[in-house]
Amino acid sequence: MKYLDEFRDREKARILIKEIESLVAGIDIAKTRPIQIMEVCGGHTHSIFRYGIEGMLPKAIELVHGPGCPVCVLPMGRVDDCVAIADRPEVIFTTFGDAMRVPGSRKSLLQAKADGADIRMVYSPMDALTIARKNPDREIVFFAIGFETTMPSTALTILQAESDGIANFSVFCNHITIVPTIKAILDSPDLQLDGFLGPGHVSMVIGTSPYQFIAEFYRKPMVVAGFEPLDILQSIWMVLKQIKEGRAEIENQYARVVSEAGNSPALQAVLRVYELRQFFEWRGLGSIDHSGIKLRDSYAHFDAERKFAIPNAKIADPKSCQCGEVLKGVIKPWQCKVFGSACTPETPVGALMVSSEGACAAYYQYGGVKSHGAVA
Amino acid sequence: MNIAPIVHMRRPGKVHVPAVTLAHGGGGKAMKDLIDDVFVETFGHALLAPLEDQARFDLGSLAVHGDRLAFTTDSFVVDPLFFPGGDIGKLAVCGTVNDLAVGGAVPLYLSCAIIIEEGVRIELLRKIAQSMATTAQRAGVSIVTGDTKVVQKGACDKLFITTTGIGVIRRGIDLGVHKARTGDVVLVNGLLGDHGAAILGARGDMALDSPIESDCAPLNDLVNDLVIAAPNIRFVRDATRGGAATVLNEIAQASQVSIEIDEGATPIREQVKAFCEILGLDPLYLANEGKIVAITSPTEAKAALAAMRAHPLGGGAAIIGNVVEGEAGRVTMRTVFGGRRIVDMLVGEQLPRIC
Repeated sequence: MKYLDEFRDREKARILIKEIESLVAGIDIAKTRPIQIMEVCGGHTHSIFRYGIEGMLPKAIELVHGPGCPVCVLPMGRVDDCVAIADRPEVIFTTFGDAMRVPGSRKSLLQAKADGADIRMVYSPMDALTIARKNPDREIVFFAIGFETTMPSTALTILQAESDGIANFSVFCNHITIVPTIKAILDSPDLQLDGFLGPGHVSMVIGTSPYQFIAEFYRKPMVVAGFEPLDILQSIWMVLKQIKEGRAEIENQYARVVSEAGNSPALQAVLRVYELRQFFEWRGLGSIDHSGIKLRDSYAHFDAERKFAIPNAKIADPKSCQCGEVLKGVIKPWQCKVFGSACTPETPVGALMVSSEGACAAYYQYGGVKSHGAVA
Repeated sequence: MNIAPIVHMRRPGKVHVPAVTLAHGGGGKAMKDLIDDVFVETFGHALLAPLEDQARFDLGSLAVHGDRLAFTTDSFVVDPLFFPGGDIGKLAVCGTVNDLAVGGAVPLYLSCAIIIEEGVRIELLRKIAQSMATTAQRAGVSIVTGDTKVVQKGACDKLFITTTGIGVIRRGIDLGVHKARTGDVVLVNGLLGDHGAAILGARGDMALDSPIESDCAPLNDLVNDLVIAAPNIRFVRDATRGGAATVLNEIAQASQVSIEIDEGATPIREQVKAFCEILGLDPLYLANEGKIVAITSPTEAKAALAAMRAHPLGGGAAIIGNVVEGEAGRVTMRTVFGGRRIVDMLVGEQLPRIC
């Protein structure tokens, strides 16, 4: 495929790997422990596994799969709220497909659908709005989920619903924001990260400037990365180069998509529709201040949380589940007590096993190939 | 007094209404009219015409084809009923024919059981029955028995079809999923994933203008050529739901071997790749309805490949991998990028109602 094959070129990969190997050889910390680089975004996690990138890297580099899969960090209580809304007879509940299997305390949306709730998979919030237009006698709720990548499309859909005067549409807002999350990870005491691959799609919206504190305050290098395998290798190389040269900067490998200032119409829509929540609960990470957003009062009539009574119960993560430690990179997926035994993609205990962007599911699906030096 | 004589000759019924009603499932005249007019008339087989409760075969006529019976059944619920490259009727015949063929059997007879939602247009039924008849003729099989049920609105989505098939396995042919050995070769007969992509495109909810056609086709002739060219062939399976990846996993597990495929050698249409790229799907898991995965010994691989390529349904045949030393039950892939990854069984559904 044009514009994709170029970023999957085996020969260029081979050259980059050689460059990475020689860089690593010159980095002192690599002599005592592995260099830990976290990819924040679940899209990167997926690409890393899909192309077998981990197995191509020198053993001195350890990739830590971060919290950037919004499906994975959704707490059980919120899934229960979804089920409660979806169970109402007047409601058509619309959701992205990968949120269907996230376990709630009683059931997932997939089970609720089997039990008779009208739950429909959509590919965009605009599809949900179309369903609302076609079903004026029903209440259509869109399960809004995701970081800044999907926030603007939900905001624009709400603005569209308002200008078209569609009253039977609302949004159950579970959008989360990336910067407080990275900050929470950096503040975690059991953490030993040497650098970050920054999220490409989020940065397309917010730009690169919001990350400056990572370099300035925490002195960690970050490279905003694209999602093709060569993007990822080049970004790893850029992080290593910073480490070797003792720099901590925010660099942009994904300049073909990401600008420093971000996408201003998208940001304007976001600012118009949403405001920060005081705090928001994350699965595995606990409550993170100002990490969630909600609809502003002026859009309250599109807010499913205000339109319907929801239980809003706090449900503790299962005791056996170590998603939090995996998310912070403290343990690897397969070091979790229940990985592959009680917790599998068919019967996920923790959310990291649910989405294909979750580190555990990706590892279960694609990982575990121990052979190194796979570049011919 | 004039009493009309009782007529013993069966007179075929005719349907005079535009749509199916519950009366057509009631067992009375309306049902007889529907079966006669739409199915018996279209399938046109002598064994079906007497409308006994069963089709009857002469054992001797079966035995000329081989020495063992093969028997299989499959249900079809595809949505939409018509899609580029096929429809539920064609699919229902090909699916069962192919399930017989990949066992090394000559497919001979099919049944057709159909569950119809009230309100379905008779014209639509006729089109589907015609498609079944045409496909059966192409595959050289006869539809010899059947059943019709009508359910109320909402109890099924337009119509569901179940076909059951009987075939006879050729003498000396013994294919088995447990027979793969280290060093064996993995082949496919062409581009993978077309059916799954075609169905998804035809649903229209993607707003993608997809020109991809389903590969739905009866494969008995191709498999026939294949087993003649490679008589010691280990195993053949049609890569339907779950795609090629699922078949490979089934082989790896049943044979307790490791299989490695080469992403670069695996034939996938550019449009299907692009489609999957946009939707986050993996083409290896997309359904096919006209593709097989075959395992041969290294000595027969060349002949098998040539036989498939010489057939109209195997022009794009390729060797995609090998059975290798390694963890038993594992399927891995060399990526085009030079990495290596596991190709596991699919968890849950990638797409519902594709066949």
